[in-house]
Amino acid sequence: MRQQTNRPWSTSRFVSEDEPAGTPTTEAASGVFQAVERGLAFETAVHDALRSEDAVVEITGFNLWYGDKQALFGCAMIVPRGKVTALIGPSGCGKSTLLRCVNRMNDLVATVRTSGAMTLTGDPIYDPGTDVIELRKRIGMVFQKPNPFPMSIYENVVYSLRIDGVRSRSVLNDVVETTLKGVGLWGEVHDRLSDSALRLSGGQQQRLCIARAIAGEPDVLLLDEPCSALDPIATQRVEELIQTLKGRYSILMVTHNMQQAARASDYTAFMYLGRLVEFGPTEEMFLKPKLTETEDYITGRFG
Amino acid sequence: MKTRRRSSLFHRGEPFVWLTGGALVLSVFMIVGLLVIVVYQGMGTFWPGDLVRLELSDGSAVMGELVQEETYQPQPHVLKPLTKLQRAAIAQAGGSVRRHQLRTGNFDVTNTHFKWVSDFDVSQTSRPKWALLLERVEYGRFYGIPAAFVVDGKEIATDPAAVIAKLDRYHGESRERAKQIRRIGEEQAGANDRERGAQRARTEAEFEHGIDSAEWRRADEHYESVQQAVAKQALALNRKSAELGRQNRRFKLRMKTADDAPKDIVAADIVRYYTPNRLGFVEKLGIYSSRWGEFLLDDPREANSEGGVWPAIIGTLVMTLVMSVLVVPFGVLAALYLREYAKQGLLTSIVRIAVNNLAGVPSIVFGVFGLGFFCYIVGTSVDGLFYAADAADGNPTFGKGGLMWASLTLALLTLPVVIVATEEALAAVPNSMREGSLACGASKWQTIRRIVLPRAAPGIMTGMILAVARGAGEVAPLMLVGAVKLAPKLPIDASFPFVHPSRSFMHLGFHIYDLGFQSQNSQAARPMVFTTTLLLIGIVVALNITAVWVRARLRKAHKG
Repeated sequence: MRQQTNRPWSTSRFVSEDEPAGTPTTEAASGVFQAVERGLAFETAVHDALRSEDAVVEITGFNLWYGDKQALFGCAMIVPRGKVTALIGPSGCGKSTLLRCVNRMNDLVATVRTSGAMTLTGDPIYDPGTDVIELRKRIGMVFQKPNPFPMSIYENVVYSLRIDGVRSRSVLNDVVETTLKGVGLWGEVHDRLSDSALRLSGGQQQRLCIARAIAGEPDVLLLDEPCSALDPIATQRVEELIQTLKGRYSILMVTHNMQQAARASDYTAFMYLGRLVEFGPTEEMFLKPKLTETEDYITGRFG
Repeated sequence: MKTRRRSSLFHRGEPFVWLTGGALVLSVFMIVGLLVIVVYQGMGTFWPGDLVRLELSDGSAVMGELVQEETYQPQPHVLKPLTKLQRAAIAQAGGSVRRHQLRTGNFDVTNTHFKWVSDFDVSQTSRPKWALLLERVEYGRFYGIPAAFVVDGKEIATDPAAVIAKLDRYHGESRERAKQIRRIGEEQAGANDRERGAQRARTEAEFEHGIDSAEWRRADEHYESVQQAVAKQALALNRKSAELGRQNRRFKLRMKTADDAPKDIVAADIVRYYTPNRLGFVEKLGIYSSRWGEFLLDDPREANSEGGVWPAIIGTLVMTLVMSVLVVPFGVLAALYLREYAKQGLLTSIVRIAVNNLAGVPSIVFGVFGLGFFCYIVGTSVDGLFYAADAADGNPTFGKGGLMWASLTLALLTLPVVIVATEEALAAVPNSMREGSLACGASKWQTIRRIVLPRAAPGIMTGMILAVARGAGEVAPLMLVGAVKLAPKLPIDASFPFVHPSRSFMHLGFHIYDLGFQSQNSQAARPMVFTTTLLLIGIVVALNITAVWVRARLRKAHKG
């Protein structure tokens, strides 16, 4: 089932097959919210810059239901390689749901049903034959609240290696050092690696969680509002860290903070009531969005 | 301006502070009260009290330790024979009289251990300086005045001080000889065991290969040789034992009771002796601690009402530990499936309710189940497979109560506690931990083993503590599945396999029941009931403190 990788990305793939794009799109931009609220299908406004990007994750026509309630409607987007993509939108619009679909964390919720497709470097994510554990090993994830494991700093970093059965001290030591250096935590903790990770400050804990997520060299890094539980200084450090990780890792992050999206991301996707409304380079999204709805949301006139 | 209504006292919650506080005080009061009674009574048992000699108005005399006193209203027929003066004095006191209970001992002479004496009956009270208390191997205590020390029928000392000096001189070696006699008895029992083992090997050979087969003949030859060796050994042991016994009977202590009746007591039969009225505080403390030592480390005597409870301590500890080893893994696994794997729904709710209701089943029902299922069904099957020869002799190995079946029965009994506590501990592990681990690509089992279980371990320990406390204090089911009044052997010893699951054992809880309700002399045993209760509580507390300590260490390891 392996699909062709690095396939040129076309806008046509934004609309799911079972939801025909019959309703007005950009030419009737002011009607998008009403269309969404009435449950009509529409096509995501996608900026041209995305066509030249190489997709690590590709989402096509993705729907999700919690029981009877549909939470995602025909979402289609990509995560460009080596770039930071931000998901923005009002609370409850499905940003986190979409993010958690990428590493199938929503499987843990018993009532969830999905349709549509996602691929990770061309490999299907939603496929009966997909090994979820192997899939998750290729995806790093950082959660809203720092959730270091109740073990030492060292063991937190090498957790993904431990579960793969890596025992070699030298390998583990190398990973700990490079990863902690990568997240800028080495200087702060190198002399107390055997201390409990729970003794670190909130910001340090979150950076440790990022270290844990990248220790397994994932193809894509998912950040679910990584700064929402942190103070401004810790937030700044994490944002700086995201900048340094850019290039090496492809990052998809959810954020509530418009400034953070503007500062930290290369691409921004705006979601509303389970639909992806507009998706484009962050600069364009913030300066000259295609839809007035996006502009209204970003400038704070709405949401 | 509209003013808001004042909130009533009821709504402010002041009465609830009192209500909740009162509930706590009441529970604390009950618990502390119970503990104080047990500790006070239990600690006092071994304190050597003074010996009092009372001369009664009918001319007789009694001597013993004061146990308790009370005020009572004598019946008219009791008052009738009294003099006018006495009756007047009683009437003046409102018709009530004080009476004292004396532990008089000398059961072999008087057929009673205790005597109530009313104040009006006493004509004279004294504390004889040389009053001697003997704790004996049989018949309980003896209270009297030393009259003479007899060797080979000749009185070699008659002055009390000299008699006690002679007793000091000969008592040690007599006890040593008595100990040797007991060791010879054990040796004899071991030899008999060996003979039985050889006999059993022959029976097994007969079962497996038939009579007159080569194997049977070899076994038979072996049995014959063992039998001869054992008979020879028995002869030698018997002779030695008889000689030691003859030696011991040479040394006797001649005592006079309060009524001046003489009584000869073999020195070897005396466990401990002292003259309480001549002892100072420090010497009494010495006797007190020596009695505690005997209580904790010796075997019981006299239908358990004297001596120690060492086998019961060991039995309780071993049974509780084996129970914990069985119930904790089983309960934790069950709770793990219920909480981590099973899809939450009607079925899991039903299972949960069923488990909780299991905790409400009377423990004796568990005992009956254990007897029927473990002892009779499982045990008999095990016997049929491995101990067929013995079982055929009507001598079951596992097909009767024993350590294993008692531990399993109590494990079932305490299972709900462990499951509920473990489930709660698992539920308290934040989901973000599980998600974090799963997002790292860990499987569910890896997540449970590396993240959930370590984090839940303190809570699981709490469940274990509750289970141990419940299990160690349980008596009713044990009576059916293996606890006995007197076990011939400890359930653990130095011979392979060290823990003997088929042996019956003694248990402190059962010991308490036995002393308090089953012994012929339950009044004399009552102080021992308190002391044993104190000990059992102490053991449970000690087990719990160990578990709490382990739990604190676990918590520390998993917290900042």
